[in-house]
Amino acid sequence: MGSARGAVNGKAIAIGAALVALLLFPLAGATFYTELVTKVMILAIFALSLDLLVGFTGLVSFGHAAFFGIGAYTLGLMAPKYEAASLWVTLPAALLVAGIAAFVVGLFVVRVKGVYFIMVTLAFAQMFYFVFHDTKFGRGSDGISMNFKPVATIGSYTPFDLANVAHVYFLVLALMVATFVFLRVVLRSPFGRALMGIRSNEHRMRSLGFPVYRYKLASFTLAGTLAGLAGYLSALQFGFVNPELLSWHQSGNVLLMLILGGVGSLFGAVVGAFAFVALAEIFQALTTHWQLLLGAAIILLVIFLPGGLASVAARLKRTLVGEAIDE
Amino acid sequence: MDVYTFLIQLLNGVQYGLLLFLVASGLTLIFGIMGIINLAHGSFYMIGAYMAFSLASLTGNLFVAIVVGVVLSVLLGIVLEWALFSHLYKRDHLEQVLLSYGLILVFEELRSLIAGNDVHGVAVPAVFSGSIPLTDTLSYPVYRLFMSVVCLALAGLLYLLIHRTRLGMMIRAGASNREMVAALGLNINLVYRLVFALGVALAAFAGMLAAPVSSVYPGMGTQVLIICFVVVVIGGIGSIWGALAAALLIGVADTFGKVLVPQAAGVTVYLLMAAILLWRPEGLFKRSG
Repeated sequence: MGSARGAVNGKAIAIGAALVALLLFPLAGATFYTELVTKVMILAIFALSLDLLVGFTGLVSFGHAAFFGIGAYTLGLMAPKYEAASLWVTLPAALLVAGIAAFVVGLFVVRVKGVYFIMVTLAFAQMFYFVFHDTKFGRGSDGISMNFKPVATIGSYTPFDLANVAHVYFLVLALMVATFVFLRVVLRSPFGRALMGIRSNEHRMRSLGFPVYRYKLASFTLAGTLAGLAGYLSALQFGFVNPELLSWHQSGNVLLMLILGGVGSLFGAVVGAFAFVALAEIFQALTTHWQLLLGAAIILLVIFLPGGLASVAARLKRTLVGEAIDE
Repeated sequence: MDVYTFLIQLLNGVQYGLLLFLVASGLTLIFGIMGIINLAHGSFYMIGAYMAFSLASLTGNLFVAIVVGVVLSVLLGIVLEWALFSHLYKRDHLEQVLLSYGLILVFEELRSLIAGNDVHGVAVPAVFSGSIPLTDTLSYPVYRLFMSVVCLALAGLLYLLIHRTRLGMMIRAGASNREMVAALGLNINLVYRLVFALGVALAAFAGMLAAPVSSVYPGMGTQVLIICFVVVVIGGIGSIWGALAAALLIGVADTFGKVLVPQAAGVTVYLLMAAILLWRPEGLFKRSG
């Protein structure tokens, strides 16, 4: 009992400390790092959204970047040429479009299981990639550059300035925390419990009378919508969208973030996003062929550390606690 | 569309489909027998094409290049199975996906380091460089016909291998019940290694054969991989004959899609996949049980 409570408190302290660090971070100055951490937190939202599918519903999607890209393109396509778009119009629109896309794709893909699901999600994501890459609608491989950052004006009041790096940072931080809390609430609801039941034993859930197909579809739609949020924020931060946002590399990298942080843990998804970007930055500093190192690191990770970084932490803890008992 | 144009497009579609079959059959065999999903399978196709390019310029003869290339790819398959994939049999799909994703990154960067990022052409062998005239203006290249014949012959050999040989019997037994095969004292690990090497060699061979027609370019592996996923999904995982039928269907659909609705060329096969998923989510040829 005591140790379980201790573990819970330890986690709460870790999360609290991380949050304080993130809140104070932009005050340290350095615009470059503020922008980098903003990018990481956007990826964390993306990883959180995928964790709902992979970690809690047991659906390994290799096409999650499609919804990230659709969210981003919604802003890119809605942004007027000669004036700024409104955050309050384009953000809900991006969520809606990504959600609808995920719902429609979900109608097809949640019918299949396991390895089929992996292949089919990849194929659908590639279809969206072609739609943006090969048609006039998506403006081809160059993508769309936006001339103006969206504005957050309501009437004559502007609560924050989206051209300001620190303001964007705090907006993204707030949305990342909101996503985290939202998913935590969802997972503790009967709906979330049912998803985890499906992950552990789909047949049993079905025989208990749960409409498994509908639950999976809801989970897929929700995950796609949240990925759309991440994509929207990415387009907002960089003022630029292109088809690479939907590429299978993007889908692979977000899966890698989950593995790094430990699948099936919301905190792990966030940690994984930070670990992934740190890894990528280190490798990029070493060589232009950094993907070679990244690939090799992934292979070693899978073979030697199946549980991700979280398993290292757990093993370390077990060793320490074990030693304490021995004494 | 007149009858000759139709014929040419049909031949092109069948030829493309047969080529896809060579890649997809390895993918589906490796999954069906070893339970491994290998995203890096498309990389073997890419490696084959680059081997054709470099070995053909070294030896001056595409056929010599192909023979050397097949031997090298069998070795590559054996080494990869031994060093990496043999660790994955008991792991879940997520880890298999990630490891093979890492492998794709490694292969693509090695390709970029060794051969650069340019598009290369490979000359059609002189013997097959001619064309068969159909009308005054239309003709069909002999090399494409040759490709189709070779692919068909390989499909026939694959049939004989699986249904008429001892190894084939072990492969079929391994596909339906791995534990039982191992319990009966057959060396299932050897079967796995051979099947993996066979899959690698088939994909690399397809890449080598296609090199003179498709040219050799970065990203060719992923492109073929994703289409092969569509083939495997439509055909039913683990079913070789499903893969053959689905590959022909996709080859013809893609070719005619490009001619008839060029605006939607990229998405034809995916829409076909979506329609088939609605109709038969387990694929057209999924074996019962």
